[in-house]
Amino acid sequence: MPDISRDEVAHLADLARIDLSEAEIDHLAPQLAVILDSVASIREVAADHVPPTSHALPLTNVFREDVVRPGLTVEEALSGAPVEPEQQRFSVPRILGEEA
Amino acid sequence: MTTERTLSFTEALERFDPTLGLEVHVELNTASKMFCGCSTVFGAEPNTQVCPVCLGLPGAMPVLNAKAVESAVRIGLALNCDIASWCRFARKNYFYPDMPKNFQTSQYDEPICFDGWMDVTVPDAEGQSVRVEIERAHMEEDTGKSLHVGGATGRIHGADHSLVDYNRAGIPLIEIVTRPVTGTRESAPVVARAYVAQLRDLLLGLGVSDVRMEQGSLRCDVNLSLSPAGSGLLGTRTETKNVNSLRSVERAVRYEIGRQAAVLDGGGSVVQETRHWHEDTGITTSGREKSDAEDYRYFPEPDLVPIAPDADWVESLRARLPEPPRERRARLQEDWGFSDLEMRDTVGAGALELVEGTIAAGAAPSAARKWWLSELARRANEQGLELGDLPVTPADVARVQALVDEGRVNDKLARQVLDGVLAGEGTPDEVVERRGLAVVSDEGALSEAVDRAIAANPDVADKIREGKVAAAGALIGAVMKQMRGQADAGRVRELVLEKLT
Amino acid sequence: MSDLTRLTAAEIGARLASGAVSSVEVTQAHLDRIGEVDGAVHAFLHVDAEGALAAARAADERRAAGSPASPLDGVPVAVKDVLATKGLPTTCGSRILEGWVPPYDATVVARLRAAGLPVLGKTNMDEFAMGSSTEHSAYGPTHNPWDLDRIPGGSGGGSAAAVAAFEAPLAVGTDTGGSIRQPGAVTGTVGVKPTYGGVSRYGLVALANSLDQAGPVTRTVLDAALLHEVIGGHDPADSTSVDAPVPSVVEAARRGADGDVAGLRVGVVRELTGEGYQAGVQQRFDEAVELLVEAGADVVEVSCPTFVHALATYYLILPAEASSNLAKFDAMRYGLRVLPDGVDAPSAEEVMRATRDKGFGDEVKRRIILGTYALSSGYFDAYYGKAQKVRTLIGRDFAAAFERADVLVSPTAPTTAFRLGEKLDDPVAMYLNDLATIPANLAGVPGISVPSGLADEDGLPAGVQVLAPALADDRVYRVGAALETMLTKAWGGPLLDRAPDLTRGDA
Repeated sequence: MPDISRDEVAHLADLARIDLSEAEIDHLAPQLAVILDSVASIREVAADHVPPTSHALPLTNVFREDVVRPGLTVEEALSGAPVEPEQQRFSVPRILGEEA
Repeated sequence: MTTERTLSFTEALERFDPTLGLEVHVELNTASKMFCGCSTVFGAEPNTQVCPVCLGLPGAMPVLNAKAVESAVRIGLALNCDIASWCRFARKNYFYPDMPKNFQTSQYDEPICFDGWMDVTVPDAEGQSVRVEIERAHMEEDTGKSLHVGGATGRIHGADHSLVDYNRAGIPLIEIVTRPVTGTRESAPVVARAYVAQLRDLLLGLGVSDVRMEQGSLRCDVNLSLSPAGSGLLGTRTETKNVNSLRSVERAVRYEIGRQAAVLDGGGSVVQETRHWHEDTGITTSGREKSDAEDYRYFPEPDLVPIAPDADWVESLRARLPEPPRERRARLQEDWGFSDLEMRDTVGAGALELVEGTIAAGAAPSAARKWWLSELARRANEQGLELGDLPVTPADVARVQALVDEGRVNDKLARQVLDGVLAGEGTPDEVVERRGLAVVSDEGALSEAVDRAIAANPDVADKIREGKVAAAGALIGAVMKQMRGQADAGRVRELVLEKLT
Repeated sequence: MSDLTRLTAAEIGARLASGAVSSVEVTQAHLDRIGEVDGAVHAFLHVDAEGALAAARAADERRAAGSPASPLDGVPVAVKDVLATKGLPTTCGSRILEGWVPPYDATVVARLRAAGLPVLGKTNMDEFAMGSSTEHSAYGPTHNPWDLDRIPGGSGGGSAAAVAAFEAPLAVGTDTGGSIRQPGAVTGTVGVKPTYGGVSRYGLVALANSLDQAGPVTRTVLDAALLHEVIGGHDPADSTSVDAPVPSVVEAARRGADGDVAGLRVGVVRELTGEGYQAGVQQRFDEAVELLVEAGADVVEVSCPTFVHALATYYLILPAEASSNLAKFDAMRYGLRVLPDGVDAPSAEEVMRATRDKGFGDEVKRRIILGTYALSSGYFDAYYGKAQKVRTLIGRDFAAAFERADVLVSPTAPTTAFRLGEKLDDPVAMYLNDLATIPANLAGVPGISVPSGLADEDGLPAGVQVLAPALADDRVYRVGAALETMLTKAWGGPLLDRAPDLTRGDA
């Protein structure tokens, strides 16, 4: 089981979009290493032929009919917006260029 | 935005073999969204078609739209795919402000449809066709839409903030992915275009999507790579996004072939990346590099249960599939006796279903084609509408033709009948009734009108009596004028000649 | 102290039905009690006096008109702050949702309202339900009514403390790895985790979707059953909801209270006793098992060898699902938005990063990073994939055990309540609290915790857990009620009668 390095924690924080400070990374890395070490045991437990369980109960084919149902009013939809909506839309900071 | 060097298409193909791959996203035309009951109607006011589910509010949970699953399976069957006997949704995790949950509910290694194919007719290649293999067709959900404000161009770049509308978030999408298409050489651009066009027709025939590229209900990403000619290798590919017209598909392939060839020719290597297509300038530009292979951290969506399509149900859907467009066209052309040109015009005008419906309602094929491709095409064009959007049905058109055939209206009146139908005045028969357009078939009235015309034009009458039958036209015209056009000109002619010869 | 707050929900329901008291009186009595003791206990994050009294008045009108909405019409309830409540703040104990007022009700909340239960307020919890002590709440810890220097368990410490401190007769909790049962054990109250899918999760802010389950938090088994029948049942808005009638849990609780366990096969899980369990906890558990034997149950020892890996499995599945669930907290549509320091015109991405750093607490960040790791390419098979396989084995262990026993029993938690702060910076030690409760979540089976008594060494409450096969929730009520009856008789009255009187400052 690979240990978890400081760099790795920084990369994971990046993937998870959390701006961890250097101090936080220093604090977290060894804790994560301990946790990972404590969960290491499961690698030896399940053989490859054991099927995975993703759902506790084996339900299948749960659907809804294709029927339109009333949703939220615009006021309700926008009610939680952290800043004042504009043009009935959520205002968000500039989005980093996908476009050059 | 810098323009990169490109090699001419011919030069590029001398040195390299192109490999194509196409990813098409189709918005299904279900009434409600993929995982909630919100409406999917296009063009609504911002954020009026949202609920806790599609807005990604904490605690909300998805429930799968049965119709979307049915549409996915029908698409798969039409593309000759295998249908998974058991599959799941997965979460594709990445952050983007137009994606409310910051994961897309999609399918990963368990697509509902896989291993299919479509034979694509290549235009200008004498009935030649290319088999495009379909790797998978899977279900997923659309994102919201951002409006970039504050910048000069309305583009992301330079905008100081963005405004997001989530009406589109959660609309069902089917992503159809081809396997790499090799060996098309100089046909690569037209094959790409023909594939998308044929796929569009197939989806239209299935009735599962509006397939309007201009509204974004069919969107295409083009993957392209080059390898040294004859090497049989596979080069590094780029994925060009935002290619949203058939013409652009062809142009984007052509451009990328030239651009990649220039890169390779100059000793460089192609960067595996996302590129953006610019409709206006006809070029692609570099987007975000994919080198660090976006780690999407897929895992099975725990809020949805697996889908296990019943085999009998799948077979019943298969049995009810419409005939594939290519086969159907060939059959219809044969049945209707259209020439290749006539058939191509009919298809090109988007009138195939309309003509078919008109014939089914009793009109002769040539008459059906004539009405739709001349008279109605002109009106649609004037109003900037698609033929199918005119407020007239194939049954209406067939009825107008029947009125002509029955001699109740002539061609000129028939056009007025159509005017009435298009103006919302009712069925053809109602328009005839309300506008009083029927030709006068009352023999007594006609006879009196002919008599009046003869009396008013003694010179002309004499000429006819002398055997100059051609002069009859003047008298017929006079009668038609008296009858305000509502007479059968043929019958008037007969009466004139009966009385004067 | 008002007598009304000492009544069970069943007793309140009876008095409301007879017209002896009004819902307004009962609700007001609990609001007064909250005013008196919640400063010390801090079970509530938000109290809605106005809304609760309005609902109480409506309940009184229905009672007066002879058309109560349910047997619990007018009986007040507290709701864990992880359930969306329309018009009432819902924070999940997190700074990132401070001030968020949902525009919709969770199905459970809608059912409470439809059944006429006035909602007193929202109870404290570990941030996003990550924890076993309620110390990870961004709004400060809840204190155990038995000893205010100790933890009330978690994540639903607020709900358990609220009923233990007589601030509410009923509360709703959620249980992902023990968050209803473990707080029940350490506060001397009753907690039930129903069968996965038995109670709708729609509107429950997900921690780990495949494990989460809402359930009753009460002082008696019968009250739990009454509440279970209000909130349980199929919900078309939750795809994982079981489409079957709610088991007759009230009937089972009444039957069990008569002491009827003769012939019942009770399995003691070898892996969930002994080493790692505090002596007093183990002793009370052994006595409880002895009572069942005396009442005619057949007790057998069963082995579930994979259970020793349950904790590890859980701490891979949970963070993985949580890391994805919590991605939606990004400062764009609701909740906190923090602008990064010293950045001119920050991008959306920079704002997300800054907000998530400031808005999430340490434990949440720890688990998001862990989950991101477990799901990332290259590690998926070794961690998340493997954990899903072990989950299968745990399910098989349960299946085998339930062939030999109708129910399984164990201590609910390995220890009594520990002191606040004691395990805060030792995540692994903290995680051990859920050792005995986690297997049920992994397999989706129902479980109850009922008080087993006070541990000799510290005089603090311990709990006994009863587990049953999926959909057989009635069995845990039957056995739970039997234990409750026998133990209460042995103690000479409810255990909570021995808890300190919080109004006299002698806690």
